[in-house]
Amino acid sequence: MKTLQEIQQIRDAMHPELELRHEGSQEANSKYEKHVLICAGTGCTSSASLTIAKTLEEELEKNGLSDKIQVIRTGCFGLCALGPIMIVYPEGTFYSRIKAKHVSQIVQEHLINGNPVKELLYDETVTEDGIKSLNETSFYKKQHRVALRNCGVINPENIDEYIGKDGYQALAKVVKEMTPDEVIQTILDSGLRGRGGGGFPTGMKWKLARTIVPDADQKYVCCNADEGDPGAFMDRSVLEGDPHVVLEAMAIAGYAIGATQGYIYVRAEYPIAVERLKIAIAQAREYGVLGKNIFGSDFSFDIDLRLGAGAFVCGEETALMTSIEGNRGEPRPRPPFPAEKGLYQKPTILNNVETYANVPQIILNGAAWFAGMGTEKSKGSKVFALGGKIKNTGLVEVPMGTTLREVIEEIGGGIPNGKKFKAAQTGGPSGGCISAENYDVPIDYDNLIAIGSMMGSGGLIVMDEDNCMVDIAKFFLEFTVDESCGKCTPCRIGTKRMYEMLEKITKGQATLEDLDKLEELCYYVKANSLCGLGQTAPNPVLSTLKNFRNEYEAHVLAKKCPAGVCKDLMSFSIVPDKCVGCGLCAKNCPVHAISQGDYIAPGKKRAAFVIDTQKCIKCGVCMGNCRPNAITKG
Amino acid sequence: MATKTTVPFNGTAEQEAKLLAVIADHKGDPGALMPVLQQAQEIYGYLPIEVQKIISNEMEIPLEKIYGVVTFYAQFSLYPKGKYNISVCLGTACYVKGSGDIYDKLQEVLGIGDGECTADGKFSLEACRCIGACGLAPVLTVNEDVYGRLTTDKVKEILDKYE
Amino acid sequence: MADINIKINGIPVTVPKGTTVLEAAHMAGVDIPTFCYMKEINEIGACRICMVEINEGRGFRLVAACVYPLNVDGAEILTSSPKVLDSRRKTLELILSTHEKKCLSCVRSGNCELQTLCTEMGIEDVDAYDGEKHVYEIDNSAVHMYRDNNKCILCRRCVAVCSKWQGVGVIGANERGFKTNIGSAFEMGLGETSCVSCGQCIAVCPVGALSEKDYTNQVFAAIADPSKHVIVQTAPAVRAAIGEEFGYPIGTNTEGKMVAALRRLGFDDVFDTDWGADLTIMEEATEFIDRFKNGGTLPLMTSCSPGWVKYCEHYFPDLLDNLSSCKSPHQMVGAIAKTYYAEKIGKKPEDIIVVSVMPCTAKKYECQRDDESAAGVPDVDYVLTTRELARMIRRAGLKFTALPDEDFDNPLGLSSGAGDIFGATGGVMEAALRTAYCWLTGNNEEVVEFQEVRGTDGIKRSTVNINGTEIKVAVASGLANAKELLKKVQSGEEKLDFIEIMGCPGGCVNGGGQPQQPASVRNFEDLRELRAKALYDEDAGKTLRLSHLNEDVQKLYSEYLDRPGSHKSHKTLHTSYVKRSVN
Repeated sequence: MKTLQEIQQIRDAMHPELELRHEGSQEANSKYEKHVLICAGTGCTSSASLTIAKTLEEELEKNGLSDKIQVIRTGCFGLCALGPIMIVYPEGTFYSRIKAKHVSQIVQEHLINGNPVKELLYDETVTEDGIKSLNETSFYKKQHRVALRNCGVINPENIDEYIGKDGYQALAKVVKEMTPDEVIQTILDSGLRGRGGGGFPTGMKWKLARTIVPDADQKYVCCNADEGDPGAFMDRSVLEGDPHVVLEAMAIAGYAIGATQGYIYVRAEYPIAVERLKIAIAQAREYGVLGKNIFGSDFSFDIDLRLGAGAFVCGEETALMTSIEGNRGEPRPRPPFPAEKGLYQKPTILNNVETYANVPQIILNGAAWFAGMGTEKSKGSKVFALGGKIKNTGLVEVPMGTTLREVIEEIGGGIPNGKKFKAAQTGGPSGGCISAENYDVPIDYDNLIAIGSMMGSGGLIVMDEDNCMVDIAKFFLEFTVDESCGKCTPCRIGTKRMYEMLEKITKGQATLEDLDKLEELCYYVKANSLCGLGQTAPNPVLSTLKNFRNEYEAHVLAKKCPAGVCKDLMSFSIVPDKCVGCGLCAKNCPVHAISQGDYIAPGKKRAAFVIDTQKCIKCGVCMGNCRPNAITKG
Repeated sequence: MATKTTVPFNGTAEQEAKLLAVIADHKGDPGALMPVLQQAQEIYGYLPIEVQKIISNEMEIPLEKIYGVVTFYAQFSLYPKGKYNISVCLGTACYVKGSGDIYDKLQEVLGIGDGECTADGKFSLEACRCIGACGLAPVLTVNEDVYGRLTTDKVKEILDKYE
Repeated sequence: MADINIKINGIPVTVPKGTTVLEAAHMAGVDIPTFCYMKEINEIGACRICMVEINEGRGFRLVAACVYPLNVDGAEILTSSPKVLDSRRKTLELILSTHEKKCLSCVRSGNCELQTLCTEMGIEDVDAYDGEKHVYEIDNSAVHMYRDNNKCILCRRCVAVCSKWQGVGVIGANERGFKTNIGSAFEMGLGETSCVSCGQCIAVCPVGALSEKDYTNQVFAAIADPSKHVIVQTAPAVRAAIGEEFGYPIGTNTEGKMVAALRRLGFDDVFDTDWGADLTIMEEATEFIDRFKNGGTLPLMTSCSPGWVKYCEHYFPDLLDNLSSCKSPHQMVGAIAKTYYAEKIGKKPEDIIVVSVMPCTAKKYECQRDDESAAGVPDVDYVLTTRELARMIRRAGLKFTALPDEDFDNPLGLSSGAGDIFGATGGVMEAALRTAYCWLTGNNEEVVEFQEVRGTDGIKRSTVNINGTEIKVAVASGLANAKELLKKVQSGEEKLDFIEIMGCPGGCVNGGGQPQQPASVRNFEDLRELRAKALYDEDAGKTLRLSHLNEDVQKLYSEYLDRPGSHKSHKTLHTSYVKRSVN
């Protein structure tokens, strides 16, 4: 147990250490001369960043530098495409894609001799006039980090570092200085909306849970960390990089609504996040920022973890609660809403990780500070997980209202291999595909809905001209069919039939009437499904039907897949005049569909090969093997 | 459906004692079933009828309810995993970068389908949702090892590492 | 709760705040179709067939009427707008795309809720959303029923009754998404599980996915076999419900027409299980008084309900000594028919076929149990449900409504009012207490009514004072209620002398073999109460209201069994139980 005073002493003691972690910091009072930050998030860990950290510590030990240079394992920096990542402070040099074998070189040249190893630095930071810092790179320049402020900066397994960044000060402030109603009013005034999907005003949710059942004997605060949208990993990054922010926010929410117990429902597929949450909860209990009589007040609050078990639908609030109760994760009809009858039929609030990550900052900096960011109806900033056909895959946080172009072209570094942007998918299986014509629309909740998509949790998958939009719609539908809980008829059978219709289209067997029938079924499933999963499942189809109808029509009328993805509509052929007759294609064809013909092109020595389209299974192996690029598909 | 052939159950008394301790730990917790199943799967590696029956008897929950929960969640398995469990990410980022082809290739090479285990108990195969390593797409994992930036011709090479 | 004013299809209606749209519409005389909804036990809003349009000030949208509470004054509801009808049709078409549409050979054709609704909604193309469909094997492993998932529409009413009413839970939803199916753990056949054969799942199934094993053809064949003397008997609850199959209001007692129909079907004797009920009282009241006075195992628990008996064997094997050793009434009738009566008419027991018409599917299982064959052959050969009898009557072309009222045959046809009320929860207890009262007080003809054990409450308790002796009794119906009561008995929290337990909620009148009423009726009428009333009315109208005064029963003892509880009685009328495991 620590008193508030003791917590503040820790903060003051930690301050110089954390101050050191700025480029060009002049901090003189820190214990160490340098901090080396190594990403220990899932992305970098999977490319052995932990081995690198260990090697580095051994190397420092060997060189007697252990008390001068501290190695800190942080959460995600965001630029996952470049992992494993290492940053050296105070200079702020940014090493990317390093391997264990580079460690001794970095120690010798940089840490001992003071000369950064240029060839290992992120190429964009190396310029003719020297080395740029991280924050000057295009990836970071336009970002504005609120939810991610501590990710990649602090050691998530050390509560003192969190406290050093004003951690648990917001909780102290609400418990000591604010009434629950004042807390709720602050959240309401900030304009914070749920970051997990629908964008419901967070303060409103809290207010309902506080007031709707006046005599409730128990209430619950839940955290949705069951991030399941394919391509979204912002919540995981917060949990891995800054777990205490979630605990603190939940305690604040508990104080606001009058709850004493919280649950974090986290995906079991996030082992690092689970581990760090366990550590964080244990530390928070030890310091008394969770548990009985927090900061000596009569407010008590504790948090338990519940692990998801691989069901996307459990991201839906009522399904999540049914799952915590030990059942099949099937949604319940609403009303009654969880604010009235939630977990174990008690008033419950559920917010997602990113939403909570904003709360302590709002309390400390005030509602007006937060409301000063973003657009009229969408305040603050939003984290996006960039993926797909984009150079800088990773996590970015930008103010609401940033355009798609800025995110993709400037921060994301554009589309690789000189390909053209075709669409951006937001909102995962609940969202839609945004076409180039909306490239400059400011991204916020309402604009995304207006253009047929939705914010969702913030996955942003970029597609180029090689992606077939019918195939993409089919991909998302397959996901929904797989993840439908099977409780209600429209989602259980309707999504399956929609998927089958898409399959028919990609096989070139559909008619224009089928397109109409598909669209009609989409609207039915949207209007009639029991929960959000079914109600939004048709969005990928509807948005592509609207924005890329020509592609659907090409599949239906011309029986062609313009992007060359749908195998049934594709054929491979060899351009005889380009073929050199080497026979590599025939040799590698798994079904022996290629043989040598009679025609010898002018200037060539051997006869050209020919593909038997009857036998061809369209695997594309021949194309990959053809050196003179004589094989085409279409 | 419980139709796939599998290795016979050979749980030990030690495993059972562990499971009983887990159940005892959760006594009085109304939402205990999920954590108990998760820990049971950690203990046994999978959740065959023998294990589910112990849980049913001890927790006084109908066996069918437990089975209904187990078959609902993708994480729970009724079958043992191979010594090496291969998990191919079919999340969006990996999919658009061709993880479907990798998955097909593995099925072809190993001669098993989704959720199945090779007859020698060595490899089992499953498709998984995004594991968050999108920067490395397409990705697969073999037990704890992660392999990224894959192409189909690397499949054989990876399998050969596990002898 | 305060009232609010709403409009349903433009007509103003005032309802208490919080009323569901479904209930409000019902009050306004509008039926909204439902599949999954069952009040209190299955309010899951899953099937989406009850979607209606509602405008609460922010424009019309579709909501599920069954679970949507009305809280906004001025709400407008449309229950048959084009949008609603379109939604309903699409939901039906989607259900049809996975449903095995063999309507012509389906046992439910004619009273299938899906079929009826398709007709009402004017479904034109049953293959509109044709696509992948699962093919399931029919589960015929249980003695009493078939489970055909090919016809299942996943409304989960069966799952709700099995777990919530019966506390058994051997069926449930497995897998998820399009693969979701109703089944038992590890795809076991129902016969391998601890299913108690109550048949409540069949009674609530809207379609032909669940049905009893039908023995009507075997019975027609037996009747036609000149070498067999075919006896039929009917349980008390059958007369209170079979009229429903022929258009009578629920709760009409059509005993006379039923007897006439059975006679016209060609049965050689039409006997009454109620007579067997009186006989059961003689044995069971004797057993109770003996245990009560001589320090035997108490509380004594009744054994008339085979679903309950099987439940006790699986789930409370430690209480088997408390279970009365008396066979159930129809087994007693069968046993007497093949011993005493066989001698009387000079037939060998193997030439006698006893057919029991029961409100129950567990009786199909019971008649095949060990130790239910007093004459060396099974006491009862075939058990038909009320539904199967109705099928036979229709198949034989009998105009049920036009039949005269006729009486049962003797000597196994006379019954007291006490025997009649066996079909309702509390009836066995009351019948036994009436006789015990007479025997303990010596007032051999005084009829005392025990109102406290009547009614549809799941658990009823009463302390009966007979000449200064207090007897603590309890009555439970529905096995979840039984479980609640027995847990307390086991823990010692509840001290009781005599317990009546019926497997089905409300007792036999609501048995798993009774006519299937559609959701539109079930959700608004209490079948248990209406049908029970028919039996209590019959009792009230009789002069003979005490089992021990039944002259034909008395004659049986004087001519054959000697006295209740005699050695011969035990050999003929009592049985034994086995411990079973839970699966």
